Amino acid sequence: MNAILFYSTIAVYLLAMIAYLAYLAKPSESLGKNARRLITAGFIIHIVFTLDRYIEAGHTPITNMHESLSFFSMSVVGVFLFFERRFKILVLGSFVTPVAFLLLAISAIFPTALKPLNPALQSKWLLVHTVVAFFGYASFAVAAGAAAIYLIQENLLKKKRLGGIFQRLPSLNTLDEINYRCLTLGFPLLTVAIISGAIWAETAWGTYWSWDPKETWSLITWFIYAALLHGRLTTGWRGKKAAILSIIGFFVMLFTFLGVNLLMSGLHSYK
Amino acid sequence: MSTSKRGFVESLWEFFCSLKLSIVLLIGLALTSIIGTVVPQGNIPPEYLQTISEAKFKLYQSLSFFDMYHSWWFMLLLYLLTVNLVACSIKRLPRVWKMVSEPQLVMEDGLEKSLANTYEFKVSGDEAAQKEKLKGFLRAEMGEPVVTEKDGATHIFVQKNPWCRLGVYVVHLSIIVIFVGALIGSFFGYKAFVNIVEGTSVDTVFTQKEKPIKLDFAVMCENFSVSYYNTGAPKEFKSILTVLENGQPVKGYEKIPVIVNDPLTYKGITFYQSSYGQAGEGAAYHFNLRRRGGGEAVHLDLKKGEAATLPNGAKLEVLESTQDVRQFMPEFSGPAAKVSLTSPGKAPESFVVFKNHPEIEEQRGGDVFIQYLGADEKLYTGLQVAKDPGVWVVWSGCALMVIGIIMAFFMSHNRVWIRISGGRAVMGGTASKNPAAFEQKFESLVEKLKKL
Repeated sequence: MNAILFYSTIAVYLLAMIAYLAYLAKPSESLGKNARRLITAGFIIHIVFTLDRYIEAGHTPITNMHESLSFFSMSVVGVFLFFERRFKILVLGSFVTPVAFLLLAISAIFPTALKPLNPALQSKWLLVHTVVAFFGYASFAVAAGAAAIYLIQENLLKKKRLGGIFQRLPSLNTLDEINYRCLTLGFPLLTVAIISGAIWAETAWGTYWSWDPKETWSLITWFIYAALLHGRLTTGWRGKKAAILSIIGFFVMLFTFLGVNLLMSGLHSYK
Repeated sequence: MSTSKRGFVESLWEFFCSLKLSIVLLIGLALTSIIGTVVPQGNIPPEYLQTISEAKFKLYQSLSFFDMYHSWWFMLLLYLLTVNLVACSIKRLPRVWKMVSEPQLVMEDGLEKSLANTYEFKVSGDEAAQKEKLKGFLRAEMGEPVVTEKDGATHIFVQKNPWCRLGVYVVHLSIIVIFVGALIGSFFGYKAFVNIVEGTSVDTVFTQKEKPIKLDFAVMCENFSVSYYNTGAPKEFKSILTVLENGQPVKGYEKIPVIVNDPLTYKGITFYQSSYGQAGEGAAYHFNLRRRGGGEAVHLDLKKGEAATLPNGAKLEVLESTQDVRQFMPEFSGPAAKVSLTSPGKAPESFVVFKNHPEIEEQRGGDVFIQYLGADEKLYTGLQVAKDPGVWVVWSGCALMVIGIIMAFFMSHNRVWIRISGGRAVMGGTASKNPAAFEQKFESLVEKLKKL
């Protein structure tokens, strides 16, 4: 049952991705609507899959690479749908659905077996800490997506190639706005994730902060986004500069999520 | 002299007030923090010398790379950030405070032109009645309005969440509170470790540098146990602890189970389940031995590290033992011992005997049937011990930070004015955040106004 739900999600995300890419190549209202229907359906199946796994495992299913990548993919789609609804920008999906599909496909490579929780993870903070962290990650991912489109648009504008794709992508202002809104969602979530992690660490390891690689990298990510938000207060950091920095921030965040788990040893290395 | 001095102080002040400094410091902290995640922190010198050359070791040591998060230069960055935070807040807070405490009650032409949202409409009929109507409208939509008469015009002003403009400063304050909490912890607290053998008590714990710290009470470990999942992975590490004052158990602190994620706190000192092991000394193993194919069983007590000579001349020794074999062999459970049996004139053979699975020994064959009855070896529990009087300051800072962030990111200071003069009225509005959302709200206000 769980596996069926999982592979159905991958399949629907794949179809949604194809629909969104076709929409980017040749926009039409009906294609856009169907693409949206597909990604929404995929999202719902993904939620059902996650809930089903929660019930089967008896704990929050974000405890290994398979589950984490799957949840990351789901949060990216969730955050995308949230902003898509607000800004009515279908074409953002052409950039987000490939990411969501890819994350889920990669998650399928990792062992899917349910494993009982080790004693350190048996805590009520597991749910809050991981869910908040992943929605924070997802906001930063969508911010980076908008930033990437911003850079493409800016490049087209500079070269005065104002036909075709330029017309289909959102305006620079809208992209900058989406980027900013994602940051103002991601930063609070990252802050709450770090604080809840500190509270958990205090009860499990006897110290709220031990400069463990995961803690340190999450703080590094926090510093970078804090710098970006402050940079935006001074007028010079809108647009291109902000776009580049939020893409850098995204890669740092990816390292916090994946690099630390896979490359560094520490209290957080659940491979 | 005095002007240049003032010039210096002023430029120093400007330097600390600048947002550029904040950005440089934040990025500087981000970049330098990476070092400590690449270079292992707090190892002993020989461990470093195994992986890096001596020259590199000396260089790293002089730069405090082995304990970089407590190095003078990292601390300096943190202190600079704090000063920067305070200076920025002192510089900008008065202006924001004025905006919150003394709102702009009238909408003059200059302000009107600066507003993104305005709507002009006619006011016909009895002007006093119309004013009351508009006042009532704003009260119902936004909150209690303030009416000001100025230069023959009537200004009705209403605002929502003015104090959310202080959110940024609440976040800044929270960071300082967290720093203060961390400093209190580092000056008045400690992190230590202690091993307690089952059935014994200790009143001294040891810091990482093996410095003993005497407690004014004692902690006794009544029992330690590990339980396992069917897969053999550990499920729970549990110590049963009792706090003793002058050798007597303290009421309410008797036989308290302490597991990972659920520590015991007494007099501000907290004990966390961290590790365990076999106490080793004094352990005794119990066996019943008999010849295969009948004969009386002979009881044997064997101490750790000793070999016993059996009636047939063979030597029996316990190599290792466990209270629960499941962690090594998930298909079995219960106590088990790995023994070495050396029959006369033969090479030593080693095998495992299980308390709960005598059938395995049955299958082994050989001269002697060894029934393992278990061991009365003792375990010790390893507890992390921490005293941190600053932790509640840190938590208050965190709570403050969450409140400040909600104010700063999710709330908007919305202001709406209506100016009435000479049969015409203008409604204007502005928001401190999210102009797109406010535009929609303003449009809906206009729609409702039209129907009034």
